[in-house]
Amino acid sequence: MTVLAQADLRLDAGFWDYTLIAIYFVFVLGIGLMARYAVSNSLDFFLSGRSLPAWVTGLAFISANLGAIEIIGMSANGAQYGMPTMHYFWIGAVPAMLFLGVVMMPFYYGSKVRSVPEFMLRRFSSPAHLVNAISFALAQVLIAGINLYLLATLVNVLLGWPITVSVVVAAAIVLSYITLGGLSAAIYNEVLQFFVIVAALFPLTMVALQRVGGWDGLVSRIEQQTGSGAQTGAWPGSELAGFDSSVLSVIGIVFGLGFVLSFGYWTTNFVEVQRAMASKSMSSARRTPIIGAFPKMFIPFIVVIPGMIAGVLVPELARYKQTQSAQTGVDYNDALLLLIRDLLPNGMLGLAISGLLASFMAGMAANVSSFNTVFSYDIWQRYVVKDRDDAYYLRVGRVVTVLATVAAIGTAAIAATYSNLMDYLQQLFSFFNAPLFATFILGMFWKRMTPAAGWTGLVAGTLAAVTVFIMSETGLVGLPGQGTAFVAAGAAFVVDIAVSVAVTAVTAPKAEAELVGLVYSLTPRESFYDPRDEGQAWYQRPTLMAGIALALIIILNVAFA
Amino acid sequence: MSTTDNSGGGPRRTSVFDIRVVIASLLGLFGVIILFMGFFGTSDADLERADGTNLNLWTGAGLLVAAAVFVVWGQLRPVRPDEEAPEEDTGDQHTGDDTEQR
Repeated sequence: MTVLAQADLRLDAGFWDYTLIAIYFVFVLGIGLMARYAVSNSLDFFLSGRSLPAWVTGLAFISANLGAIEIIGMSANGAQYGMPTMHYFWIGAVPAMLFLGVVMMPFYYGSKVRSVPEFMLRRFSSPAHLVNAISFALAQVLIAGINLYLLATLVNVLLGWPITVSVVVAAAIVLSYITLGGLSAAIYNEVLQFFVIVAALFPLTMVALQRVGGWDGLVSRIEQQTGSGAQTGAWPGSELAGFDSSVLSVIGIVFGLGFVLSFGYWTTNFVEVQRAMASKSMSSARRTPIIGAFPKMFIPFIVVIPGMIAGVLVPELARYKQTQSAQTGVDYNDALLLLIRDLLPNGMLGLAISGLLASFMAGMAANVSSFNTVFSYDIWQRYVVKDRDDAYYLRVGRVVTVLATVAAIGTAAIAATYSNLMDYLQQLFSFFNAPLFATFILGMFWKRMTPAAGWTGLVAGTLAAVTVFIMSETGLVGLPGQGTAFVAAGAAFVVDIAVSVAVTAVTAPKAEAELVGLVYSLTPRESFYDPRDEGQAWYQRPTLMAGIALALIIILNVAFA
Repeated sequence: MSTTDNSGGGPRRTSVFDIRVVIASLLGLFGVIILFMGFFGTSDADLERADGTNLNLWTGAGLLVAAAVFVVWGQLRPVRPDEEAPEEDTGDQHTGDDTEQR
């Protein structure tokens, strides 16, 4: 229990703060109950009956990722590395989200698959499907555990509840709304959570900026503290990447984080793709990640900037940043909480705690809701108990939700042994996601790629990432910062491609007729370009909106270089 | 949000659940309480911590404005439960939906 526990972070929550928190939980459970009435078959439960409008799925798309890891981890990175942390959003998320909407979503939504692993099954074969389904399910339980652990620590530190009590209460709440309302309950809560988070963090950022003397004040204080301008501009981000050379650092960030890690995460991670699959039309599905990209590029301003401000404004944290001494009793993960403690009055405090609890629970709920879909459809229905009626699989989904929650309580212990949560998660992502993206992109654009190449590439890529990780852990290669993750992801990607190409050369491909709708060159163009887009307003055209988002990202990168 | 049957899963109930109403209610309720805290529950020490800004007052007012925006949006473009477009519905029935959060 080293993440938050040493510091004196106990917040002075009063009656009205607790009232706000209580009101919020009434709403959370109420949404679960209301969503319950829309669930009459398994597709409703697992994919919201493919009925949601694009703005709802778009906000849920980013909210599902705006969990504990994002909020605490990214403000911690902000305090430690400064502006280069922005890359996790501008380089490491938005381009991949736009790519998902413009290029990949027609395959996912158009082929009517119910999950990302099911796409693997249709494009390749059972082994690829099984590898993907099992590794995804495992990752989700691990990450759900991290979210739950962080939630419990937060409640323990802020409000003084015992860890076990907060674990059980939080797990019970998530459990009840997901078992009731399935994915709809998760998605609606994610949308609600998005607004509560913004309502909590935006005023915090404003008042913190005011205290530190505005943007100029922040820049000059950080430069004074660190003796350089490295933390006040986004590039080259050497400290973050762990490479001394600026050139290597830029390459590492653009290819490691921006290409391999982020495309792997955003385009193949079912937690995210599931939200788009729940939307009501092809055009809505494609717009889901693109709509999400707009708030995504501005979220770091209310997450990373407060972390940076905490690094100079909170005395203990500023001392820690200079000495790295455990005697200060704090570390970077406390940044946001310290700022809340020091700046917010009662009232706002309740809002902030609600926002944090909301984010932690939504993160876990997203993991659980995607886990139960993959487990029920892709593992249970496909390999264990086949050919039962739909009501049976709906029941399985509800039971699996309970089991996943119990398992998450167990994996919370694993998360407790890592102090820098981002490092830990990056490792997980590179193991599971980097090779996945290589396999998907090859599979979608190269009709010759064989079923055998599908699973061998995935396994080899994952092993390559594990090898790099082990070499780094045992000191054979030494890269501080996030460098190891970048290299591991890059190795996984290259090895996956190499093995896939080699295996394809010696094995038999699938018949072309089976690949229609799954491979670019075999799919009629009508299913890519929705003719209905013609009559839509300009802001409803996926490609145009993606172009605008890309232009904004370039402007942000230049403005904050 | 409207639930039209576009999945081939058999006939289904159509709910007129509008998440915007829920968002507006929560933000509004939070806004009232926090505004009230701004008027009556903010001490001099609180003011000093925020360099003289009454944070509760500003946030409460902001929340109420946000709640009002959701109410107006819901009024202008209400959820229509039974659109005649089970499979090919393009998002037109929610024209304007996605501009609000940008």
